[in-house]
Amino acid sequence: MKVDRFQAYLPIIGVIGLIVVWYLAVWYEVVDRVLLPSPTDTFAALWKGATSGRLGFDFWRTVERTTLATLIAAAIAIPLGIFLGAAEKLYRSLEFVIDFFRSTPASAMFPLFLVLFGVGDETKISVAAFGAALVILFNVAYGVMNARKTRLLAAKVMGASRLRVLTDVMLLESLPQTFVGLRNGVSLALVIVVVAEMFIGSTDGLGHLVFESQQLFAMPDMYAAIFAAGALGYGLNLLFLLIERRFVHWSGK
Amino acid sequence: MGKESALRPNSGREAPNGSSITLPTTSSSHVTIRGLCKSFGDAIVYDRFDLDIPQGKLVSVFGPNGCGKSTLINMIAGLIPTDAGEILFNGKPLRDIKFGYVFQNYREALFPWLRSIENIEYPLKLMKLSKAERRARTQRLVAHLGVKIDLARYPYELSGGQQQLVSIMRALVVEPEILFLDEPFSALDYEMTLFMRDQLQRIFVETGTTTVLVSHDLEEAVYLADRILLLSRRPAAIADYVHYAAARPRTDATLSQHDFVRVKAHCLEVFQREVRKA
Repeated sequence: MKVDRFQAYLPIIGVIGLIVVWYLAVWYEVVDRVLLPSPTDTFAALWKGATSGRLGFDFWRTVERTTLATLIAAAIAIPLGIFLGAAEKLYRSLEFVIDFFRSTPASAMFPLFLVLFGVGDETKISVAAFGAALVILFNVAYGVMNARKTRLLAAKVMGASRLRVLTDVMLLESLPQTFVGLRNGVSLALVIVVVAEMFIGSTDGLGHLVFESQQLFAMPDMYAAIFAAGALGYGLNLLFLLIERRFVHWSGK
Repeated sequence: MGKESALRPNSGREAPNGSSITLPTTSSSHVTIRGLCKSFGDAIVYDRFDLDIPQGKLVSVFGPNGCGKSTLINMIAGLIPTDAGEILFNGKPLRDIKFGYVFQNYREALFPWLRSIENIEYPLKLMKLSKAERRARTQRLVAHLGVKIDLARYPYELSGGQQQLVSIMRALVVEPEILFLDEPFSALDYEMTLFMRDQLQRIFVETGTTTVLVSHDLEEAVYLADRILLLSRRPAAIADYVHYAAARPRTDATLSQHDFVRVKAHCLEVFQREVRKA
């Protein structure tokens, strides 16, 4: 019991260690003071930005874009993945194309999407959705294709029609893998959105804030925005994990 | 677990001695298989195979590795198609009868997203029974079998034996005319296997359902069976179709009785002969 409680506190040691090293680096001026502000200055900037500054607003803009991109990606990729997974021959014939574009850096698609959608939010969201959709699609299709044969047979032998096998067994069988896809997808969408906010005619978002702070040499603000982006990425991943644990309770069992 | 009062031996059984091997069967045939053919690529597994499975009996299927034991019951249960031949259940085709099938791999056969009781009710849902009726029939089965598992749990929260018991109940809840079990206990440890054998025997005595059991354990095959179907190597033919008429319920004491030892020895001899033929 005592050991268990100790174990739960272990992750904090790493955080404290990082802050201590950071303080030492600032104290001994290992890095230029301007480039590396102290943790206190940074957290003060984080607090100020979140409560009264732009950080809160930019944070929510990034959340909006990432959420929208992930929702669009999921709405397209999940049904399509189920369809392609159920028609395995069709998936095999498209597999190379899917894998190719999945391996293409989504950032390389910015110019193309700029031509298609202009410099507004549509481009940022659609590139992020494009990247996330391929990741989700691939995972959903594999989840469906790797449905346990015995489970499908069990449903069939009990008299389930092909449609019932799909809705009652394949869909649920693919859920754990679908959540893997969603978690990877939302992480990728966040990466793409933040990059897009830095460069493509942006006026808000965490990426814009990071870039702008750096241009203005407002280093505490820049670090604060980076931490906010990190917290967002971690939070989104955790959120999907919690949803998965709630709805896919059998995952890994 | 066993309610002794419920465990009556089948009526009309002779004392477990005498020449049961040569005793002719008096029960009528439930399943008739005629001219069954099946090949996998170049390997001919069944070639014009005929078999009768008697009504209300428990038939064990035993034979050399890869001879097609599971293939046989999978074809009878419609899990894999036949190349040729006819399989009828009291003259009716498979689609007109209710049957139950129990897989070896209970972990993969049960639905982990459903609670155990919902797993058992699932085939009734496919039969479009109302929720109330599904629950009532399941409760009836649970009471009838005297099962003491917390069925509100998910399958992965149960022990291996309990999970297999849930899959057997899922197969029984439709009140099948015939029950197929494909090596149902081979993934369980020995202690649980012994327990589950007696559970299966109890279920068989209680319901009298025609049962076909594929087993890779000769002791188990004989212990549970009214008849032991011994298959030859590919293409599988009937090497022997041995009667074993010991009264039920059979117990640990049965295993040392002369009749059991003799039938088992005979089956082993036939099996060895078939294995050596190669």
